[in-house]
Amino acid sequence: MAVFGGRRQRGDNPALPPGQFLTGSFPVLSAGPTPSVSAADWEFTIRTETGKTHRWNWAQFMALPSEIISADIHCVTSWSKLNTAWRGVSLDTFFDDVETESDFVMAHSYGGYTTNLPLKEVLNGQAWIAHEYDGKSLDPEHGGPARLLIPHLYFWKSAKWVRGLVMQNKNAPGFWERNGYNLHGDPWREERYS
Amino acid sequence: MTRTTIGWLTGSLVHARPLTKSARSLTFEVPGWPGNAAGQHVDIRLTAPDGYQAVRSYSIASVGAGEDIELAVDRLPDGEVSPFLVDDLELGDQIELRGPLGGWFVWRPEQRAPIQLIAGGSGVVPFVAMLRAHAASGCSAPMQLLYSLRTPDDALFRDELVRNSARTRTTWHYSRAVPPGWSRAAGRLTTQDLRAETLPPEDLPLTYVCGPSGFVEAVASGLVELGHSADNIRIERFGGN
Ligand SMILES: Cc1cc2nc3c(=O)[nH]c(=O)nc-3n(C[C@H](O)[C@H](O)[C@H](O)COP(=O)(O)OP(=O)(O)OC[C@H]3O[C@@H](n4cnc5c(N)ncnc54)[C@H](O)[C@@H]3O)c2cc1C
Repeated sequence: MAVFGGRRQRGDNPALPPGQFLTGSFPVLSAGPTPSVSAADWEFTIRTETGKTHRWNWAQFMALPSEIISADIHCVTSWSKLNTAWRGVSLDTFFDDVETESDFVMAHSYGGYTTNLPLKEVLNGQAWIAHEYDGKSLDPEHGGPARLLIPHLYFWKSAKWVRGLVMQNKNAPGFWERNGYNLHGDPWREERYS
Repeated sequence: MTRTTIGWLTGSLVHARPLTKSARSLTFEVPGWPGNAAGQHVDIRLTAPDGYQAVRSYSIASVGAGEDIELAVDRLPDGEVSPFLVDDLELGDQIELRGPLGGWFVWRPEQRAPIQLIAGGSGVVPFVAMLRAHAASGCSAPMQLLYSLRTPDDALFRDELVRNSARTRTTWHYSRAVPPGWSRAAGRLTTQDLRAETLPPEDLPLTYVCGPSGFVEAVASGLVELGHSADNIRIERFGGN
C-alpha cells in the first residue's frame, strides 16, 4: 500500500477554514474569456426595486473615500491566501443614498457573470469595490479595473469586472449558483456545492 | 440558509496504465458514485498517517452511469499530489473522492451547436469524456479537437484520439518539438493558428478551452480577437501561471 506523505503546509493555522490549503500564488476561477473594460468606459450602478438607478463613473468612484483592506481569501477549489492587500471603496459608501426594502442583491459583471448575495452580508464593512491589489491597479485577469471583494464568503462571490448591483426580493441564484455551487458560500461552514 | 456539503466517497484503484512518461490513467471503483456528465471533475483527498490532508481537482475522462471512473493525471515534478498519484498509488489502494463537480464546463448530447475543443497538455482529459459521450450518443453535431502539446511524446490518449478521428478530427500542435517530417516548426499556439485550425465564428461554434491557466487565458483572448462571442467560449483552468 502506498502511503501519502504530503507537505503539511496547513499545520494548525486557525486562519484556515475547514478543507482549505494555503497557496502563495493567486489561483483564478472563471468560466469564460477575460473581458476587456477600460476605466474610461467603466460604470458602476445600483438599481433598486423601484427602478431607481444610482450611477458612478470611474472619476466619481476614484473621488470616494477608499480604504486599504487586508483580508484572507478562500477559493472554493480549496485554496486560501492569507493577508492579501487591496484598496477599494466600501459598499456602505455606495449604499449611503440608496433606499430599498429588498433583502438580496444580484451582482452583475462585464462579460455577463452574476452572483447573488444577501444585502446584510455586503453592508457594515464586509464588502468593497476594489481597484488595487498589492499596491497596483487590478489586473484584468483578477477582475480589473474593479471587482467586488467580499472576503468572508468563498471568492466566487467577489465578482470580477463588476458593473452593478440589482436589488432583488428573493435570493435568486447567480451564475455558479445555478451551476452546482452553494447559494450562500460560507467557507467556515464549507458551503461549497449545492 | 441550508448547509449543503457533498460527502466524501471512498474509491479503490482497480486499473492503472501509463499514458506517457509523466502521465497515468487511473480507474477507481467508487461505490455510491452517481455517474457524471462529460466535462465534470472530482476532488481527490489524500490523508497522511498523521491526519494531514491534501485536496486536488481532477477531470473525469469517463462518462455516464456506473461506479467506475477514469482519471488521467500528469506529474508536476515538484507537485505534492500528482507525483503520488502517478508514481506511488498501487492497485487496491483507497482514496477519497467528492463529486461529480461543475455544471458549466460540460457537454451534453442534446446540445446542437458545432463543438470546438482546444486542449493544452493534460487539459485534454475532460475532452476525452466529451468525445466518448459524443460517440456514444451518435450525436450528429460536429465536434473537433485542437490539441496543443510540448512534444509528440506528451500526448495523452493518442491512440484513442487517432482511432476516433473519423468521427472527431484531432488537429495536433507542438510547442517545443515536432515529429519527424512535420510541416511546421514548433511554437506557441498563436491567433493565426487558431484561425487556421479551429471552427470559425461564422459557424457559431461553442468552443471549450482547457489546460494550464496561461494557455487558457491566451487562447480565450485569441478567440475573442477572431470574432467569437465571449458567450460561446467556455474555459477550465488547471492551474499554474
Ligand atoms: C477543475 C480542474 C481539473 C483538473 N483536472 C486535471 C486533470 O485531469 N489532470 C491533471 O493532471 N491535472 C488536473 N488538474 C490540476 C490538478 O488539480 C493539480 O493542480 C495538479 O495535479 C498539481 O497538483 P500537485 O499537488 O502535484 O502540485 P502542487 O504541489 O499543487 O503545485 C506545484 C507547483 O505547480 C504549479 N501548478 C499547479 N497546477 C499546475 C498546472 N496545472 N500546470 C502548471 N503548473 C501548475 C503550482 O502553482 C506550484 O507552483 C485540474 C485542476 C482543476 C482546477
